[in-house]
Amino acid sequence: MTTEAGTAGSRALARQRRRRSAVRFWRAYRTHGAGLLGLGALALFTLVALTAPLTVGSDVAGVTDAPGRPLQAPSGEFPLGTDQFGRNLLGLVVWGSRVSLLVGLLAAVLSVAIGAVVGITAGHFKGAYATVLMRITDWFLVMPTLVLAIALATVMSRSLGTVVLAIGVTSWPTTARLVRAQTLTVESRPYIERAKALGGGHWHVMTRHVLPNVTPLILAQTTLMISSSVLAEATLAFLGLGDPTVISWGGLLQDAREAGAVSAGDWWYLVPPGIAIALVALAFTLCGRAVESVLNPRLEVAR
Amino acid sequence: MTLLEVRDLTVTYPGGAAAVRGVDLSLEAGRKLGVAGESGCGKSTLALALLRLLPAGTEVGGEVLLDGEDVLAMRWGRVRAVRWAGASIVFQGAMHSLNPVHRVGDQIAEPILLHGGATPAAARTRTGELLEQVGLPALRGRAYPHELSGGQRQRVMIAMALACDPRLVIADEPTTALDVMIQAQILRLIERLVSEQELGLIMISHDLAVLADTCDRLALMYAGRVIEEGPARAVYENALHPYGRSLSAAFPRIGDPASRFAPRGLAGDPPDPSDLPSGCTFHPRCPQALDVCATQEQTLRESGQGRRAACVHVGSSVPPPAGPAQDVRSST
Amino acid sequence: MVSDAVSAPVSKARRAGNGTAYPRYVAGKAGGAVVSLLAVLVTGFFLFRLIPGDPVKTMTGGRPVSAAQLAEYRKQFGLDLPLWEQFTDYCRKALSGDLGMSYQFRTPVIDKITEALPNTLLLTGTAFVLYTTLGMFLGIRSAWRQGRVGDRLNTGLALTLYSVPSFWLGLLLIVVFGVGLGPVPGLFPTGGMESGGEEGFAYVLDVAHHLVLPVITLVAVEYGQTLLVTRSSVLDEMGSDYLTTARAKGLRDDLVRRRHAVPNALLPTVTLVFVNLGRTVAGVILVETVFSWPGLGGLFYQALSVPDLPLVQGLFLFFASAVIIMNTLADLVYPLLDPRVGR
Repeated sequence: MTTEAGTAGSRALARQRRRRSAVRFWRAYRTHGAGLLGLGALALFTLVALTAPLTVGSDVAGVTDAPGRPLQAPSGEFPLGTDQFGRNLLGLVVWGSRVSLLVGLLAAVLSVAIGAVVGITAGHFKGAYATVLMRITDWFLVMPTLVLAIALATVMSRSLGTVVLAIGVTSWPTTARLVRAQTLTVESRPYIERAKALGGGHWHVMTRHVLPNVTPLILAQTTLMISSSVLAEATLAFLGLGDPTVISWGGLLQDAREAGAVSAGDWWYLVPPGIAIALVALAFTLCGRAVESVLNPRLEVAR
Repeated sequence: MTLLEVRDLTVTYPGGAAAVRGVDLSLEAGRKLGVAGESGCGKSTLALALLRLLPAGTEVGGEVLLDGEDVLAMRWGRVRAVRWAGASIVFQGAMHSLNPVHRVGDQIAEPILLHGGATPAAARTRTGELLEQVGLPALRGRAYPHELSGGQRQRVMIAMALACDPRLVIADEPTTALDVMIQAQILRLIERLVSEQELGLIMISHDLAVLADTCDRLALMYAGRVIEEGPARAVYENALHPYGRSLSAAFPRIGDPASRFAPRGLAGDPPDPSDLPSGCTFHPRCPQALDVCATQEQTLRESGQGRRAACVHVGSSVPPPAGPAQDVRSST
Repeated sequence: MVSDAVSAPVSKARRAGNGTAYPRYVAGKAGGAVVSLLAVLVTGFFLFRLIPGDPVKTMTGGRPVSAAQLAEYRKQFGLDLPLWEQFTDYCRKALSGDLGMSYQFRTPVIDKITEALPNTLLLTGTAFVLYTTLGMFLGIRSAWRQGRVGDRLNTGLALTLYSVPSFWLGLLLIVVFGVGLGPVPGLFPTGGMESGGEEGFAYVLDVAHHLVLPVITLVAVEYGQTLLVTRSSVLDEMGSDYLTTARAKGLRDDLVRRRHAVPNALLPTVTLVFVNLGRTVAGVILVETVFSWPGLGGLFYQALSVPDLPLVQGLFLFFASAVIIMNTLADLVYPLLDPRVGR
């Protein structure tokens, strides 16, 4: 049917179209002040996290040869004071960004991946399979996710993998719901019928047609999901369910509480990690909302 | 004194769209005026402007004299008092114009309680009377809007509009969403009530035939201006303005076989209010446009027998060229 | 975050029909709830059994326990029985209220739960009333003044507080208002529900004194959700034609809002508040942990640190079931509020 050149031509065309829509997307995104703010904050945090090995180094977490006295208030030498082991708290917060952001990202990716697979297959195959799947999704949606995540993390070993799994496995339903709705919309379009008539099998329709149309939605969901995953990771770490051998913002807050920072009024131990968590979560939320607004202009009015 | 006199009404939406551009109307009590035109010509905007119901930020100019008082110059307290008690509106699309979570009887009683200071019991009695007037049993007042049929909802809208004994009723597309049989019933009902209570009626519709049948006078709107005005039947059957002719030719006449062959419809779309053509706004679509039409705006000119039209061909000594629509149309 | 997860049940309720549909609707919803609860039961079982590793080892890990005691625990858990028998045994016990024996407290789990429940209800109930009222009030005002400074401040603040970890906010409040920071003295207790020893009215005041900071924390992180949802609903209603009708009748602006727009807008809000109960549970767990409030959340924290598996399991069952039941109640109540849905 189509020649080699024809196929190459149509692929190039598709790439061109995608590039153009990406440019259009960026231009529309640029008009959202809050979204740009969020994006800027994210870029900053990512930079800090990536350069942490250079700026701070892993020995900032070393307990045995800690540079300062325990629980020192902020000073010139230690801008954010020290923890109960005498470690530089500013360095710890910077170092902790790696775990917090990584886990947040991985958990969000896992969650959205599960949600997308469930959503696309449920929307595509329909029938009894979809009904059962959506019932399960609805059940999960009602579940208090933290309770489930805590239960999972309690019975499994304390590690980052556990945390990622616990968060990912409990937060996929929202994405699944949205993706399924979008899949149903996409599949009701006439070109899907044509694709099938031309011999497109399930895999072809789902990956070549549904997936590209669902990707913007998935993108928006991932961004919002990272926000809640960062918060979830901090929560689990605070509750003592995280990996005790790594530094994370939630873990720092747990250490602070156990070291008696609250009753001693050592605010410098408590404030920075929390601000970091809040800022990252807020930044991702703003980005996510901006992406949603760009993709669905109608929402703009309701915001 | 004229019940309603509109002088040079202009409405500009925020963003620059000129929806109404200098409209003059007048209406006596007991008379019925029809306002016709395609979507976007400004007729619904006109209706809302009369009671200052347009969204904040809309610029409204001119005068709307209701019983001698200019609505546009009133203080807000007076505007709210005049609303419904002086003039009321029968909105189109009753399903959306009625509050879904209130019973219809309560919605009818609401303005009675607001304007008359009546007791709830008196309001309930009056509501029952109003419902019976429009042909619904008083008990239907207990229903919610979604429990009624389209025709019943429209009757409720009419009953509601009459609740405070207004002098003027503005009916905005009152029968558009209804099927033909119900449409006829509603129109007869409106006519009866108007003549019984000596009300002034302004009926807005895109359906020229309906207006020609129900109203005394007809005003044709295009791009925010009245471009023809006169006795309803005369304007409908023998419009002077080319737009009016095309519009009425678009309605098939039952029983006239020749009209089936007449070229109908008008090329092009109604103009965008924020980007109007120069000169006579109709000239891009006009089958009889002259060079002067592109540069010179046309004002309403007298054309005898109480008729006016805003066309260069009207009121001049040269008779308008006979268009194909005129040849085949037989006088009914 | 806002409307998607809920518009489906709302529109499903709307399509329930008319006339005799309500009893059928109730039966349907109740049936669905039973299925969900059974799913919770099953999940509770497998969660603590099929995870790799020996649950007893996990529980007693690191502690000197004799082999005899290990065997004793295994028997208690029924781990010496084949899996199917374990399951039926578990189901039978759970359905009759026997949730096992708490490892760390040596008392029945169900007793620990009933003991802590009233305290949680006090905290949650107070906070719920406050954050729902505050959220709705501010949400309505925000929507009516959309785009203006007040709206933007409100929305911005709500979004920010939504991103703040609730436990962190609690810790800060304790430091500032409980312990006292700098010139500000400690005005409130740093934890617990009571200072002990008080009777009668003095006891009530004491508890109320302890209630302030935890409630403020919970309200701060939850009101934003209600605000944003209410605002969204009201904005959706604001373009409606029936509001023009109301204005045309001569009603004042605030009456149009209060009498016409708000009742319509609040319908989806009511359902949404219940659907987000899961998040509220999380908030309660964290706030109780931070403030050492003797409720179910605090109990959960104590259980997971051991880990006291029977207690964790029991609380998991309780929380999950409670949320499902509340959601079902919301589904059943909604049609009674919205006349468009069948009765």
